[in-house]
Amino acid sequence: MPSDHANGKAPRISVEGVAKSFTTGRGTLDVLADISFSVAEGETVAIVGPSGCGKSTLMSIIAGFERPDRGSVAIDGTPLRKPSSKGILISQQGSVFPWLTVRENLMFGLNGHRFEGKQDLADHYAAMVGLKGFERSYPHELSGGMLKRAELARALVVKPEILYMDEPFSALDALLSLKMRNELLRILAEERHTVLLITHDVEEAIHVADRVLVLSTRPTRIQATFDVPIPHPRRLASAAVQDLRAAILRELGVEA
Amino acid sequence: MKPVREVLPALAVFAALLALWWLVVWATQSVVFPTPWQVVTGTLELAGDGSLWEHIGASLFRVGTGFTLAMLVAVPLGLWMGWVRGAYATLNPIFQMLRPISPIAWIPIAILWFGVGNVSPIFLIFISSVFPMIVQTVAGVHTIEQRYLRAAANFGVSRRTLFRQVVIPAVLPQIIVGMRIGLGVAWLVVVAAEMIALRSGLGYLIIDSRNAGNRYDLVIAGMIIIGLIGLMLDRLMRVAEGMKVVRWRYAQ
Repeated sequence: MPSDHANGKAPRISVEGVAKSFTTGRGTLDVLADISFSVAEGETVAIVGPSGCGKSTLMSIIAGFERPDRGSVAIDGTPLRKPSSKGILISQQGSVFPWLTVRENLMFGLNGHRFEGKQDLADHYAAMVGLKGFERSYPHELSGGMLKRAELARALVVKPEILYMDEPFSALDALLSLKMRNELLRILAEERHTVLLITHDVEEAIHVADRVLVLSTRPTRIQATFDVPIPHPRRLASAAVQDLRAAILRELGVEA
Repeated sequence: MKPVREVLPALAVFAALLALWWLVVWATQSVVFPTPWQVVTGTLELAGDGSLWEHIGASLFRVGTGFTLAMLVAVPLGLWMGWVRGAYATLNPIFQMLRPISPIAWIPIAILWFGVGNVSPIFLIFISSVFPMIVQTVAGVHTIEQRYLRAAANFGVSRRTLFRQVVIPAVLPQIIVGMRIGLGVAWLVVVAAEMIALRSGLGYLIIDSRNAGNRYDLVIAGMIIIGLIGLMLDRLMRVAEGMKVVRWRYAQ
C-alpha cells in the first residue's frame, strides 16, 4: 500500500496543524490541539482514541462540516472549504432518509446529474451490499444492519474518492458489526476507495486499516502511529493481530 | 374493528348518562328542558324540512374556505420562517403576541371590516387556524435532524432537491399535525362566530332555537351535531396522518 508521497503527488487527505476549541459556560475547552497527518490515495487509515477525545469533531472538520480554529485540511492538494461528494461521511447514527425508499435514497446523490440509467446504477449498488429485493422498502421496514448497508450503498453510488466512516458499525451488535466489516473489506477490494475510519474498537481498526493512529485525550494529539503489515484476509485470532492489538491498547493505557 | 370488550365500557357510560338525563327531566317535571327522545324528534323535524342540511352546509363551507386560506398562507410562511433565521426573528414575536388573542375577540373588528355575512366568519376561522399551523410548520423545520441536512450537504444537491426531497418530506408530518389542530380550532370558532352574526349555520341554529320559543330540543340537537361533525373532521385528519408519505414518522 502506498503510504508515502515520494512520487510528488499531493496526498488524498492532508491535515495540517488542526486545532479546535469550544467555548462553554465555564470557559474554553480545547478539543483538538495541533493534529497533522496525511492519507495517501487508496489507503485505509484508522483513528482510535478514548471516548470524548474529539474524534467526531476531527472527522467533522476533515469532511468539511466544521471549520478548524487553526490549521487546514486539503483534499488532493486543494484546501477544503465545504463538504463535497468527493468524500461521503457515514456516521454512527446513520442518515438514510426515512421518508425515501431504499432506491430513492440511493438515487439521492445522483440528483442534478444527467445521465441514463440512474435507477440501474442504484439497483446495482443495492445488490452489491445485499439489498436486492428491498429497493422499494422504506428504512423503517429494514433492520439495523440493512440500514447500514443502504447507507454504504448510497455513498458508493456517487463513486466518492473518500469514505469517511465515523464509528460506522458501533451501533450494531458484535456479530453484525463483524459481518459489516467483512462486507466493507470485500467492497474495498473491488472499488479502491481511500478510507478514513474513526473507531473506539482497536480490533476493528486492525482488521481494516493499513495504518492506525492513536489519539491522546485532552488535549487531543496523535500519540502514536502503527502500521498494519498484515496481508488480507486478516485472521483476528492470529498472533500478529493480537500482538498489535495489545501494543495499541498499551498505548491507550490499558493492559490486555 | 375494536374488540367488543374495549368499546363496552364507553357504551355503558354513554347509556348511563342518557338514562340519568331522562330520569332528571322526568323527576323535575321540567317543561323547558327536553328529554332525549324530544331531541331525536326535533332533529328529525329539522332533517325533514331540509334546514338541518342547510345549516351544516353553511358551517362546513365557512370552515372549508377559512381553513384552506389559512393553510395556503401558513405552510409557505412557516417553511420560510423556519428556514430563514431573519424571517423568524422578525415575524415570530409578532405572531407570538397575536396567537394568544382569542378569535372571539376579533368578532367586533370582523363585523366592522366585513359586516354581517359570510366573510366575517371566514375571516375569524382564518385568524384562528393560521397561527397554530404556522407554529407547527416552523417547529417542523427547526426539528429536522442535523444528520439529514448534513447528508444533503454532503451529496452537494441543489436547493431545489434539498427542499423537495429533504425539507418538505421531513416537515410534512408536523404540517399535518398543525392542520389537525387548526381544523379543530376552526370548527370551535365557526360555531361561536355564527352565534352572533348570521342567518345560517349550526351556531345560528342554536341561538335562534333559544330565541324563537325556547326550543331547547333543537339547541341540544345542534350541540350533538356539532360534536359529531367535529369528531368526523378529526378522524379525517387522522387518516391524513396515516398516509404513506408521513408513515415513517410514526413507524420508528
